[in-house]
Amino acid sequence: MTGFRPSLRRTPTTDPALGKRAFDLLCITMAFVLLVHAAHLPPWLTGALAVVLAARWRQRRRGGRNAPAWIKLPLIGLLLGAVVMQNGTLFGREPGSAFAVGLLVLKLLESEHRRDARVGIAFACFALMSALLFDQGLVASFFVCLGIVPALATLRSLEEIEPGTSLASEFKPVLLALLAAVPLSLFAFLFVPRLSTPLWGAPQNAASTTGLSNRLAPGDMMELMTDDTPALRVTFAGPPPANADRYFRAFTMQWFDGKAWAPGFRSARRPPAPAEYGTQTVYEVSVEPTHDRVVPMLDLPMAAPPDTTMRADHTVLAQKRIDEVTSFQGLAATRYRLEATLDDDVRRENLLLPAGVGPRARALASSWAQRFGNDSAAIAGAALAMFHADFSYTLAAPPLGRDRIDDFLFGTREGYCEHFASTFTFLMRAAGLPARVVTGYQGGYWNANARYLLVRRSDAHAWSEVWLEGRGWVRFDPTAAVRPERVQLGAAAANAGHGGDDGLFDMAWVRNLRDRWDVVNQWWNRGVIGFDALRQQGLLQPFGIARAEASELVAIFAVGCALLVAVALGWALFQPREGDGLDASMRRLQRKLARVGVVRRTGEGPKHFLARAARALPGQRNALERLGELYLRSRYGHDEPPPESVIRFRREVKEFKARRVVK
Amino acid sequence: MPPHVQRLVAWAERRLPSLTRLRQAEPLPILLHRRRIYIVPTGFGMGFSVLLAVMLVGALNYANNAALMLTCLLGAAASGSMLVAFRVLNGLTIGGVRAGTARAGESVRVSIDVAASQRERMAVRLDVAGREFAFVVPDGGTTTVEFELPTEFRGWLALPRMRLHSRWPFGLFRAWSWLHPDRNVLVYPRPEALGPKPFEPSGDTDRGRPRPGDEPAALREYRAGDPRRQIAWKLSARHHGLLVKDLEQPAPQEDWRLDWDGMHGLDDESRIARLTRWIDEAREAGRRWSLRLPDAYFDVAQGDEHYHRCMTALALRP
Repeated sequence: MTGFRPSLRRTPTTDPALGKRAFDLLCITMAFVLLVHAAHLPPWLTGALAVVLAARWRQRRRGGRNAPAWIKLPLIGLLLGAVVMQNGTLFGREPGSAFAVGLLVLKLLESEHRRDARVGIAFACFALMSALLFDQGLVASFFVCLGIVPALATLRSLEEIEPGTSLASEFKPVLLALLAAVPLSLFAFLFVPRLSTPLWGAPQNAASTTGLSNRLAPGDMMELMTDDTPALRVTFAGPPPANADRYFRAFTMQWFDGKAWAPGFRSARRPPAPAEYGTQTVYEVSVEPTHDRVVPMLDLPMAAPPDTTMRADHTVLAQKRIDEVTSFQGLAATRYRLEATLDDDVRRENLLLPAGVGPRARALASSWAQRFGNDSAAIAGAALAMFHADFSYTLAAPPLGRDRIDDFLFGTREGYCEHFASTFTFLMRAAGLPARVVTGYQGGYWNANARYLLVRRSDAHAWSEVWLEGRGWVRFDPTAAVRPERVQLGAAAANAGHGGDDGLFDMAWVRNLRDRWDVVNQWWNRGVIGFDALRQQGLLQPFGIARAEASELVAIFAVGCALLVAVALGWALFQPREGDGLDASMRRLQRKLARVGVVRRTGEGPKHFLARAARALPGQRNALERLGELYLRSRYGHDEPPPESVIRFRREVKEFKARRVVK
Repeated sequence: MPPHVQRLVAWAERRLPSLTRLRQAEPLPILLHRRRIYIVPTGFGMGFSVLLAVMLVGALNYANNAALMLTCLLGAAASGSMLVAFRVLNGLTIGGVRAGTARAGESVRVSIDVAASQRERMAVRLDVAGREFAFVVPDGGTTTVEFELPTEFRGWLALPRMRLHSRWPFGLFRAWSWLHPDRNVLVYPRPEALGPKPFEPSGDTDRGRPRPGDEPAALREYRAGDPRRQIAWKLSARHHGLLVKDLEQPAPQEDWRLDWDGMHGLDDESRIARLTRWIDEAREAGRRWSLRLPDAYFDVAQGDEHYHRCMTALALRP
């Protein structure tokens, strides 16, 4: 029996083997793919794949060849099992990309021929792109684009006859080629028509990472409070409002089930107009993707921005989910008093309390109600005074028991905004005052360089609104009673006393650098990531086309590509003329003489040619003889024609006018 | 090749002569220019463009602009590589073709000069005689490609069509140009394997005898039996022993007078084969020979020039 070697694939005999340099570059490409995916792959998988990659590289360097099937097959099985174990499925963004990256690295085990390398590189390009589905920020995109360099260098080294002197010598021409490709790619990027509706379902991002939610339960916001991702960027037409006035309201919640707050019934009523208000603030808020319709607006929104609607509780809803960075024009009054009318059903809704929750809190509230009677402001003041006296602010709130209200009020007495807002609202309702919870953002960071307010997710906040007889809905922020810095200075200041260890990041120059970096990020988010079908349609506005249709975009794209191709063809076809300046002038003289019928013959030297021309054009004999003399002296009198005589010859040729002999 | 493909190729060659360069051979030097360089994507290039299309649709569907930018960058770099492939071939000059000598049935060594007046040309490939030669043409320099052509018959052998191509830089596109240089290679006739010696007129029997005027090659000690007239008397007088002039003259050989008509009952090819063998033998043995053909006569001589003249005449016999 002849030797039977199980092989996963047949090897074409004509396919040339991979050179050492090409294999090195292939390994670098795969390592790059692994690197850009490392952010979302489980660390053990990244580590294991890196080990496989390094081992294979070493093995081939020592002269090893294709790994046998008994190594490859178990590894693939292991990868499959690991991915399914980790994610529970093989389908979806995370498991899919993990499996693809794993297969790509394992493909190295059987990469011995040019065909393997090409297949590997093609899928590496795809894997690079899939990394952008997770993060299309500036840094991530830059790194992913950098991954093209080793990929193309690998393809190039497959064609190379002799490998270059060093790895850098392989990368440099590829970088140049990529630079040359930038104009065309930018053009294509601008004019490839965007889809206004996706062809198939876009991947749903996990809701937990997108900011505020329409539910508020103590502990829910924990993740947000430690997340420094930008949530809003706000530019003001005038000076920015004071920090204590920067309340951006998103969700208003009336419904409480003892554990969590949720928005109440949707009322068709108009929002109550402010009866009095101070100066109005004109601003533009650009909202990072939340995958929700609610737009955080500066309190109190005076009117719904275009393409949005405002509910009776001043919640502003966009017409579409905010899936990309979107800007809204807003008008707000930070000091206001609302109309003091409250419908009965709204009043009833805002007094509802779940049965059996917080008996001790109810007892406390009714004691206040008896003591202060109808003085609603005094009741609220008593609650705030209690918070101020006995409660402390901490992000590391201890867990609460079954009855969250009583446990917090009479047990732990430590927590942050949502504990305070939730409990305060409960107490107000128990005391007979209509009250509700509002969530949103408070504070923000004023970027003095670019003059905008950066609101991070960690600025998320919850507060209460209480309906006071004769004054309407009034904002009460119990957190401010506990820890005034939270509202005066922002979330970072409130946390500083509790293990805030970012002293290094508070240095002025670091902050300055971070400001500038955020400006760049914002530019990227708005200009590149947020460049959607709508923005594309407005692309041609400077040229008088209000709304560019897809067909127009395609036409422009085609014309522009043709123009760029023409430029590139010009470059490809350009061949410098042979010879130096003297030759160029001589060619010009020949053209002039040819027009009057003296054509230089093949193989005719300059001396004979000019002598013949002088005979044919007796009127210009002197000029031609002088030209001939000058040419011969410049050409043959020196190794290199001296520049001054080249210039002189050129001038004289220019002045020379060939006149036809009149016979 | 299936018949419809053959018809297609025939049509292409009729309509696009420069696509295949089937129509006529052209004189050297051949300058490659834009009207005779063709570019098509390779199989890998087609696969890569499908991949780019998938990436484009995915990026558009997910409204992922960073991915779209990556796709555009890859696509632009790929299409730019088409022009680079073109520039590898554009302006190349195929100059001198030199050929060695070979007999029919052997392979003849041919070398071709490929020159570039500007730019270094990476990874130029030449398909000829069933093989592919890859080389680099330096900037302003010349690269010589040597290959072997199999031969079958004596006489002029036309150089085959050759394809100069390149997949530089990424292997996505292949630029090519057909070359059909108007240059023939002379193939000498094949000698017959066995046969009689040529007729030799019986010469003088005095072989081994030095001719007058022969120079002594060396002096050596006298050994018993040396002829007396070889003793160098005058030099010996100054020595103790006798010295002998060693006349190492090769045995003189008769000139061969080779005659086409000297053979009877043979057809033309057999005569050519026999004459070829005789000339080869004469050359190896250091003889002088003359050759008489029905329409030519080469007088007695020896040396390479004489040899090649005779062989050429034989090779080109009708």
